[in-house]
Amino acid sequence: MSTAAVALRRPPVHLRHRRRVVNSVMLTLTLLCTIITVSALFLILGYLVWNGSRSLDWNFFTKLPLSPGETGGGMANAIVGSAKMVMLAAVIGVPIGFMAGVYTSEFGGATMGFLVRYTADLLNGVPSIVIGIFAWTLVVVPMKTFSAVAGGVALSLMVIPITMRSTEQFLQQVPLSLREGALALGASKWRTIATVVVPAARAGILTGIILGVARITGETAPLLFTALNNQFWSNGWNQPTASLPVMIYYRALSPYEDFHRQAWAAGLVLLTLVLIANIAARMILSRGAVASRG
Amino acid sequence: MATTAVNSASPGARSLLQRIRAGDEIAWLITLIFAAAIIGVTVLLVMELWIHSDPARSKFGFEFLKRSVWDPVTDEFGAMPFIYGTVVTSMLALLIAVPLGVGAAIFLSELAPPRVSNVFTFLVELLAAVPSVIFGLLAIFALVPLMRSYVQPFLIHTLGWLPLFKGPAYGVGVLTASVVLAIMIFPYIISISREALIQVPREQREAALALGATRWEATWDAVVPFARLGIMGSVFLSLARALGETMAVTMVIGNEPRIHASLLAPGYSIAAVIANEFREATGDTYLSALVELGLVLFVITIILNGMGRLLIVATTKPGTAR
Amino acid sequence: MRTALYMLIGCSAAATLGFATENINAAGATFPGPIYQKWFEEYRQAHPDVQINYQAIGSGGGIKQLTAGTVDFGASDMPMKDEQIAAIKKYHVLHFPTVLGGVVPTYNIEGVNDLKFSGPVLADIFMGKITKWNDGALKKLNPGARLPDADITVVHRSDGSGTTFVWTDYLSKVSPEWKSKVGSNTSVSWPVGLGGQGNEGVAGQVKQTPNSIGYVELIYAIQNHMGYGSVQNAAGKFLKADLSTVTDAAAGAAKDMPADFRVSITNAPGANAYPISTFTWLLIPDKFDNAGKRDAIKAFLKWMMTTGQKDCAALSYAPLPKSVVTKEEAQLTKIH
Repeated sequence: MSTAAVALRRPPVHLRHRRRVVNSVMLTLTLLCTIITVSALFLILGYLVWNGSRSLDWNFFTKLPLSPGETGGGMANAIVGSAKMVMLAAVIGVPIGFMAGVYTSEFGGATMGFLVRYTADLLNGVPSIVIGIFAWTLVVVPMKTFSAVAGGVALSLMVIPITMRSTEQFLQQVPLSLREGALALGASKWRTIATVVVPAARAGILTGIILGVARITGETAPLLFTALNNQFWSNGWNQPTASLPVMIYYRALSPYEDFHRQAWAAGLVLLTLVLIANIAARMILSRGAVASRG
Repeated sequence: MATTAVNSASPGARSLLQRIRAGDEIAWLITLIFAAAIIGVTVLLVMELWIHSDPARSKFGFEFLKRSVWDPVTDEFGAMPFIYGTVVTSMLALLIAVPLGVGAAIFLSELAPPRVSNVFTFLVELLAAVPSVIFGLLAIFALVPLMRSYVQPFLIHTLGWLPLFKGPAYGVGVLTASVVLAIMIFPYIISISREALIQVPREQREAALALGATRWEATWDAVVPFARLGIMGSVFLSLARALGETMAVTMVIGNEPRIHASLLAPGYSIAAVIANEFREATGDTYLSALVELGLVLFVITIILNGMGRLLIVATTKPGTAR
Repeated sequence: MRTALYMLIGCSAAATLGFATENINAAGATFPGPIYQKWFEEYRQAHPDVQINYQAIGSGGGIKQLTAGTVDFGASDMPMKDEQIAAIKKYHVLHFPTVLGGVVPTYNIEGVNDLKFSGPVLADIFMGKITKWNDGALKKLNPGARLPDADITVVHRSDGSGTTFVWTDYLSKVSPEWKSKVGSNTSVSWPVGLGGQGNEGVAGQVKQTPNSIGYVELIYAIQNHMGYGSVQNAAGKFLKADLSTVTDAAAGAAKDMPADFRVSITNAPGANAYPISTFTWLLIPDKFDNAGKRDAIKAFLKWMMTTGQKDCAALSYAPLPKSVVTKEEAQLTKIH
């Protein structure tokens, strides 16, 4: 095509000008969107960090909650309670999720694998309050008491799908050559999986576990009517148990200044834990991915 | 997928192989049991919801979904105010979050320098991990006063003639709950949409640019349509997340089981009423009404999650523009 | 890695091993929340082997959890109805009054203190018939007050509440329209207003919302430095809730206390009686499977009726009249 013909087809100046304006406007708008969304999130969290760090003191970690009007109380029992229930949830949920992930990635047939994946997705999407209802019918009603066990079971239901998904995902990423090499050396399938495939994928699997645990540490709704709450230490596993997120909830809704202070402090502690876990998980993942390629 | 050991036909070798394979069979069985446990637990969950909502279901039938009364004294219950509150807050949250989130995703995936994009995306994804109760805490002390003192009076002043913005500036209410939800789903919309946009083959954008398109035109007309399904998937997933959100909403929605036209009025959501009233629901009908609400929420969330995942999966196949 | 594992096991073992304590769980009203918290803490310090964990989830919650058997005893500001008592088949529920308290109309208006309210006016506010603070009816009762031209934000309870029962019981007695339209119970269909969880939730909401009004137990208004109004009693006097006016409200009931202690003292006749006063009760089973729990609870109840009453005044609750305490000590023997 001759340049003259192309020149004849060039759109008029005002249209070109309009396109340029639209371009600049839309670019600016999207930049604005980014700034709005990111700064909304950061302002909000900055406020938490500011208020929380002003409210955090040694009492928070060592003392039990006191009655309203008395200062100097803390959330020591809530920290321990959360730790207990998250640990129980991990002990129950991680093996189930891991094994199920091994099944769907290594052993599963087409239909069974699809079924398991589908139901795990379903379970993952269940609203946390409905998980709470389920755990209540499953544990609280037969046991006739609110307990750390009930809270742990509720949280484990949330850990299972996350663990399963990441286990499956990272097992599948292990290259075929590694597996075939082991099989060629005479290893049986399960040995291959246990000694070669899983260790190769361990960074990713560990990441999934950490992210899952971090997520349930912050969950409140499933604990509201499973673990209830406790102003004292919960002895054993069959007693109502305090937890950080539930304490934050009640303290935030109360009218007392001191309770608000404690809510900020607890919020900061919880947020720090969750963010550290997430950052650690990502670091493990990136380092693990590099290592497995070597 | 790894291949299983070759099955030998000779009888002597088979017993040796059988012994080796026995280990594999056991491993298969064990992992199958755990996998089946997940299916079992989920089935059990649905069953328990079904069983425990039976008194309410048999008393009210499908009318339950349409009635607006919520009276524990006379044992008359209806889901409408809660469905309304849940749907309105979630939809409004999407209305706020999707344009902003997709705009930010477009910026981060197409228009920003790669280092800036990676840093921001990393930070935004971290924020997806922030627990709901912390958003609620911040909403009560930071957002509600803001709404009450500035935003709501402004809306009443300028748009108060619309029934949508009538009423006193409570601070708490449907609008505030929607804003909190919007802030909570930003990270999901941004990160999933950005993923979808990154998946689009570079040739698309480069071809458009080669034809003389401006950067915006290349993005909007050539890249975004490719990622449309993934972006819609992120919207559905965020919607499902917003519908099930409990704590942050409970803390700022005002806890009133009534349907108001105004967005500035208090309302109630399904998750919030369950959280507030479950422990005191005396009598079979009351408790089962709450469980039935949980069942309704469960069904809605499952459907939306399913649709969202389908859309996202559809876009991970390269070359799909439909 | 290994040390971390050992530490984890050690900590979990420590957390798991119980100490030889009697763990008792209770749930119920937020109305007496502050003094119950204080009592259970004090009692635990005096008797380290008994730990009573009280969760203030509202009177409705207390009754429900007691019926479900998930707590050892409950607490409520509304006496259990006959059907509710009959619903518990395992044992008969005994009501033990613990303290007397008053429900006050608390509000958040800049620069305005000491508002006077009459019963019908309160009913109209909570029905949504009086919508502005400078309404004629309020101005008539408070001629000197600088009432703003602002909408009244009503705050009520969103959970099943004994405080709600007392409030609505009073409103039903002074306003026939309230009685027919709304009625009285732990949970009613509120015509207007925002909902708060527990007395704390209502107090928190009112404290943070300008030009709002709610109803809370007296101590919540005092501890949070919130303004609360005086209410016109049956004799026509405007009274603020305090130790003497609340005690006076119980004077009649103290004399004619029914055997099961279920009584309402709202709108009491005395000249100096605060009209929205109430007893609050612990709901105790009369039969325990666990002897240790039974003895611990009986010991606590004895302590509560005698030593515990000394804590009332500091928290603005009125102690039980002596005649009531004597009758309660007799009821203690019914627990076996």
